[in-house]
Amino acid sequence: MPELPAPVSQPTAPAPQAAAPVSQPTVPAPQAAAPASPSGAVLHSPLRRRLPNRRLALVLFVVMLSLLAAVVCAGIALAPTATATDFSQKNLSPGLGHLFGTDWMGRDMFARTTAGLATSVLVGLLAAGASACIALVLGMVAALGGKKADGVVLWLVDLVMGIPHILLILLISFALGKGFWGVAVGVALTHWTSLARVVRAEVIQCRQAPYVALARRLGRGPLDVAARHMLPAVLPQFLVGLILLFPHAILHEAAITFLGFGLPPELPAIGSILSEAVTYLSSGMWWLALLPGVALLAAVLLFDRAGACLRSLIDPYRAQE
Amino acid sequence: MTGCLEARDLVFAYPGSNVPVIDGLSLAVGAEERVALHAPSGSGKTTLGRLLAGYLAPLAGEVLLDGAVLPRRGMCPIQLIGQHPELVCDPRMRMRDVLKEAGTPDEEVFDGLGIRREWLARYAHELSGGELQRFCIARALAARARFLIADEITTMLDAVSQAQLWRFILDKAAADGIGIVFVSHSPALVSRVATRVVALRASASASALFLSPRA
Repeated sequence: MPELPAPVSQPTAPAPQAAAPVSQPTVPAPQAAAPASPSGAVLHSPLRRRLPNRRLALVLFVVMLSLLAAVVCAGIALAPTATATDFSQKNLSPGLGHLFGTDWMGRDMFARTTAGLATSVLVGLLAAGASACIALVLGMVAALGGKKADGVVLWLVDLVMGIPHILLILLISFALGKGFWGVAVGVALTHWTSLARVVRAEVIQCRQAPYVALARRLGRGPLDVAARHMLPAVLPQFLVGLILLFPHAILHEAAITFLGFGLPPELPAIGSILSEAVTYLSSGMWWLALLPGVALLAAVLLFDRAGACLRSLIDPYRAQE
Repeated sequence: MTGCLEARDLVFAYPGSNVPVIDGLSLAVGAEERVALHAPSGSGKTTLGRLLAGYLAPLAGEVLLDGAVLPRRGMCPIQLIGQHPELVCDPRMRMRDVLKEAGTPDEEVFDGLGIRREWLARYAHELSGGELQRFCIARALAARARFLIADEITTMLDAVSQAQLWRFILDKAAADGIGIVFVSHSPALVSRVATRVVALRASASASALFLSPRA
């Protein structure tokens, strides 16, 4: 992977000779100047030294993933604090003692937000991941499995799409006894439809590509071709779909928690925090809704940026941007 | 004759068309032969190439190798090289993996075709058309094809590169006993390479097949 041609570093070779006549003659020796700043010597080289793109994207990706992991770990660690009540400290606005303030039961909102974020990220990841996998499998089956399989999958897509999301999640969650798993399974089983259509269309397009026909003539079996040529072709779309599913999953989790069919009120989640905060907004306690909301937005954006980095690592056309 | 590629009474029409592009064509090519297909544009040379290499199934007739029908699965011993190399290389694979799909080419193939080792780590869009075409030829050779169908494979190249590639292909074909069917609009190239020129006449009800001596 890392041995991709790095055009940024290549102009260093002719640098000392080219630099000599252009730069001031007071420079003591060209060989001393060369390693210090190779970019200054060549006319078309970038002004600023920077990391090679792929390494930069990889570093960013790892940083963002570890941030998300840190949020989840902190949330799990802070779970006891998040439910601890202290009525001597209730309804405090954000300050040094309580960064995000406290609510009407004196619970620290920072701990609650972090713990809630951890729950939401876990539900979102689980549901979005499972949903995307369902979409990938069904999309590929529809595209490669012949007319009957295609018909069955499309019928399923229409069936699920025909029922309003919120209603279906509500029913599934209720049937599974609500709670974490009810929400996760409900969201996972309802959000795969549009991504499955995208995957199907991408695979059908790839199936007709000349390089796929050639791979078949080279003796590659259908499964081999699917794994080597089609999976990489749909991977960027798949990742984008996964990223777009994530906020959806969190918002739907919040929505059915708000309606009382989702996570139990004792489990801190952004959805339940927001739905509880709504009642206190009119009494001027803005921090109860705003700060958890901003934290949710930040988590979603973090996930989105991480996805963009991963995409630029995977998609060869964008690898050198 | 060590091997023989034979097309027998091939008929082919594209779906939705009543007029067959190829109508009752027969052709036999020996392993030591280099047959040039000669016909004006649009008369079915590329279609014939795709039929011979098994990309298209004829409506009637058959393609035989040593008297046997081509295997339906597995490596096809008749490999087609086309005039658009950028379409037949997966844009998401490095050239090393593109080649690996066919097998491992011999080292002499890299040198003979002028493929630089550092190109192996690149993606298809990071190479020019001519460079990619060298990879396509190397891939067909790595597949141990017994017949090559070369459909205007050097049209996009300058004369020197054309000569270099064809020189290598001819040497390799002679050494390994690979038969060649090729299409070219360049009379000079045809006269240099072909041992036999076959003229097709397209779409006529009795598609005539003219055999002419070496041009």
